[in-house]
Amino acid sequence: MATTTERHLLSPSMKMADLMNLRFSLLGVLTRMGIPFGFGDETVEEVCRKQGINPETFLLISAVYAIDGYLPTKEKLEKADLRDVLKYLRLSHAYYMNVALQELEMALENLIAPCGEKHKRIIWKFFADYKDELSKHFEYEEKTVFPHAEAVLRQGADRNFTIGEYEENHSNVEEKLEDLKNLVMKYLPPVCGQQDTYKALFYIFSLEEDLEKHTVVEDEILVPIVNRLENHE
Amino acid sequence: MSKRVLLIIPSAIVARGVEHIFNDLGEFEVCGILTDLSSSKEAQLRNMDPDVVIVDPSIFDHASRGNARAALSEHTSAAVLAIVGSLWDEESLKQYDGVLSLYDVPTTIIRKVRAALEDRSETPRSEGEELSAREKEILVCVAKGMLNKEIADLYNLSIYTVITHRKNITRKTGIKTVAGLTVYALLNNLIDINTIE
Repeated sequence: MATTTERHLLSPSMKMADLMNLRFSLLGVLTRMGIPFGFGDETVEEVCRKQGINPETFLLISAVYAIDGYLPTKEKLEKADLRDVLKYLRLSHAYYMNVALQELEMALENLIAPCGEKHKRIIWKFFADYKDELSKHFEYEEKTVFPHAEAVLRQGADRNFTIGEYEENHSNVEEKLEDLKNLVMKYLPPVCGQQDTYKALFYIFSLEEDLEKHTVVEDEILVPIVNRLENHE
Repeated sequence: MSKRVLLIIPSAIVARGVEHIFNDLGEFEVCGILTDLSSSKEAQLRNMDPDVVIVDPSIFDHASRGNARAALSEHTSAAVLAIVGSLWDEESLKQYDGVLSLYDVPTTIIRKVRAALEDRSETPRSEGEELSAREKEILVCVAKGMLNKEIADLYNLSIYTVITHRKNITRKTGIKTVAGLTVYALLNNLIDINTIE
């Protein structure tokens, strides 16, 4: 985790490699934004500009991942580009649904392979319901919230919806995942293998941490930016 | 027999004062005074097994203050009252079974401690980490999709009691959602899969 001194170093002129070295999960932010590896000693600003990404936005999202409890200041939010925030959120949703959940699903499949039919059915149903819940949650954001944010940006937003409503109803998608974690860790029958349990828990923990940060990006970056634009309209 | 009171108060002046009030009146007896809750003190707390704990919330740092009551209940099933001298975050005081002020007169203090003990005896005790028989019954109802009101009617309990049982079930199992509790109940053979499908 980033220390206080490192927090002050998060600047466009720092080397991309130094930023990535702060915390493993930053690599996820990098790859989802489509930034290729092999950046050598280039700075964050240089690497981002090449990819057409606003460096301040990339740093802001990185700060959420690198520093627990990070809350962006007004100045930082004003420098960020809403389009890049939305791009990041959409790409993250795709990553959760198409990569993270798939990996977890495969790990779970291996894990419960030695179990009886009854137990398999129970775990699968729980996991399928969770996937469904997560997918509905993302769908709402992509069909309602993000288009609204884009409309606000074009100054053509429908007055019937405000970002405040989203903020109020932003549901917690981590509870079921946390339950899955405890079920796998504490209550699966002993026939389940040690390594397979570890692998499944590894994917659950990383998805859990990632989703937590994702929610911070939505609540503390997306919401205040759109809020400010709504009030300026 | 007088009820046993444990004080967790860093100020010797305050602790001695409170002890004096209790000992004068006879109904309660101070069985120990701790100045903080370090891990060795936690063991002492468990061994003393008091009926009432009176704690100065300032012994908890700011981050853990909100969970102070829950942290204490891991070591004791006593009623827990906070004792505060000045302005204090109202929200964080709600977790306690009662709140004493440094300016309360002795009779008020005794009344508040009695009230806390009475409330306490009505709420379900939850000892150990294993689910009790009643908790298992309620878990089965939850897994079958019953509402708190329906469970309360079935077992002739108050809704408040059902909610306390559910909180204890979640604390013991680490599982929060109804779907997760259903899986738990099935894995532990508390219900049959055919009864919920």
